[in-house]
Amino acid sequence: MSEKVLMKGNEAIAEAAMRAGCKLFFGYPITPQTDLSEYLAKQMPKRGGLMLQAESEVAAINMVLGASAAGERVMTSSSSPGVSLKSEGISYIVGSDIPCVIVNVQRGGPGLGGIQPAQSDYFQATKALGHGDMHIIVLAPANIQEMALLTGEAFDLADIYRTPVMILADGALGQMMEPVDFGAKPVRELPAKDWACNGHGHKRLRNIVNSLYIQPEELERLNIERFERYKKIEENEVKYEEYLTEDAEITLVAYGITARIARTAVKLARAEGIKAGLFRPITLYPFPKKQLFELADKTNRFLSVEMSMGQMVDDVKLAVEFKKPVTHYGRTGGVIPSPEEILDEIRRLRREI
Amino acid sequence: MSGFLFAGFGGQGILFSGKLLAKIGLAHGKQVSWLPSYGPEMRGGTANCSVIIDDEPIGSPLVTKPDVLVVLNLPSFEKFEKTVKKGGVLIVDSSLIDKKSERKDINSYYIPASMLASENGLEGLANVIIFGHMMKATGIFDYAAVEKVLVDSTPKSKPQLAELNAKALSLGYGWQE
Repeated sequence: MSEKVLMKGNEAIAEAAMRAGCKLFFGYPITPQTDLSEYLAKQMPKRGGLMLQAESEVAAINMVLGASAAGERVMTSSSSPGVSLKSEGISYIVGSDIPCVIVNVQRGGPGLGGIQPAQSDYFQATKALGHGDMHIIVLAPANIQEMALLTGEAFDLADIYRTPVMILADGALGQMMEPVDFGAKPVRELPAKDWACNGHGHKRLRNIVNSLYIQPEELERLNIERFERYKKIEENEVKYEEYLTEDAEITLVAYGITARIARTAVKLARAEGIKAGLFRPITLYPFPKKQLFELADKTNRFLSVEMSMGQMVDDVKLAVEFKKPVTHYGRTGGVIPSPEEILDEIRRLRREI
Repeated sequence: MSGFLFAGFGGQGILFSGKLLAKIGLAHGKQVSWLPSYGPEMRGGTANCSVIIDDEPIGSPLVTKPDVLVVLNLPSFEKFEKTVKKGGVLIVDSSLIDKKSERKDINSYYIPASMLASENGLEGLANVIIFGHMMKATGIFDYAAVEKVLVDSTPKSKPQLAELNAKALSLGYGWQE
């Protein structure tokens, strides 16, 4: 028997966070994410940590800000409507240039929406998670093993680039169980947290963590500095996976749970003699623009498959720069597409070529 | 690839059965996924879970056309019986479902699992009884291996429950119509 254990995606994130040295969690329950905080509520106190259920999402994210300012590894998690409530605090954390990990186990929206899986917070996560000139790193796991791996990676990226990092999952990934192995996590070199407000003992000048800058020139300088960091992230941290793209006439682009369904559809299409392939972005911000731009020389067209009305498709279009047609296929409101219906869309596009 | 769907009322051990199967697959070095239905329907309403066992990485974890369907209540029978793949297997708790499948293109098995449970002092273990019958009907895994995973899945603090589980599995496995 292998070292693998069967675990829910939500639990795998929780376990991986503790193994990454996260000792603090602040959250507020919401379906389909609650198993995550439930797991931490049981485990964290036993392992020298603190899991606190705050009075609201707004309180939770501000507790995250405080803990991070003190130099601790800290995480919060929620699902779509709860993440909206956290957006002000997330912007403050970005403005303060401090790290944290935020999990969004997406459900259908807008509004209270539903509780079934969706990918309709793509725009929110990658473009407008808070007010101001800002982005955060967004990672999109597609299986439970990756939920664990990318959680560890998220904490490292957050510390290295002093930015919040989001794990963007969905209700299906959160609720489903798959085997997971917590063994192999690559070790990265981390900078010292010499900015942390954790007591100076009169041995150094005090540190200040703050996001208020009254002088426009100073705020401009900080924003430019932050965007230079984003450039470095784009140069060094873009992650993606390709499946049968080498000779693909139709290249599907999909992330998270949809990517694995699209992969089955690609296999079905190949069995019929249709040359289909799959490009799976793992980092949604930074988006693998360069790689898609280059792929556009090899393929005839792109099909973005998402559980939304069409959000990532815009990034695919921007990346491809009109070299090849880009279209969207999606289901929304909590409906998971079947491989067969994606195959139908592939067949339809094939007839158009 | 084999897709399994377990369906019944919340509280019948539907999710446990699915987890048991996924663990058996894992113990055999297979790729496995387990996906529950979640939400308001779990409170007294219908509950179901999809389990996939495969040699290759699993795509969609949602089983919409099961190779094997195990049903423990009438609403689930009516909802899912027609979705079973041609040549697939249907297992019905006939003490709870007073209906038979008219499909000729699937293999249907009927076992009064809930009645057998109460007659044999195995209250609450109808799910394990029907699981045993499913193992027999499908023959996908070796009995001893299944029994080991089942016993290992029982909390260590309740050794008597492990014994009852093993008894229930054996009862379902050996039961003949």
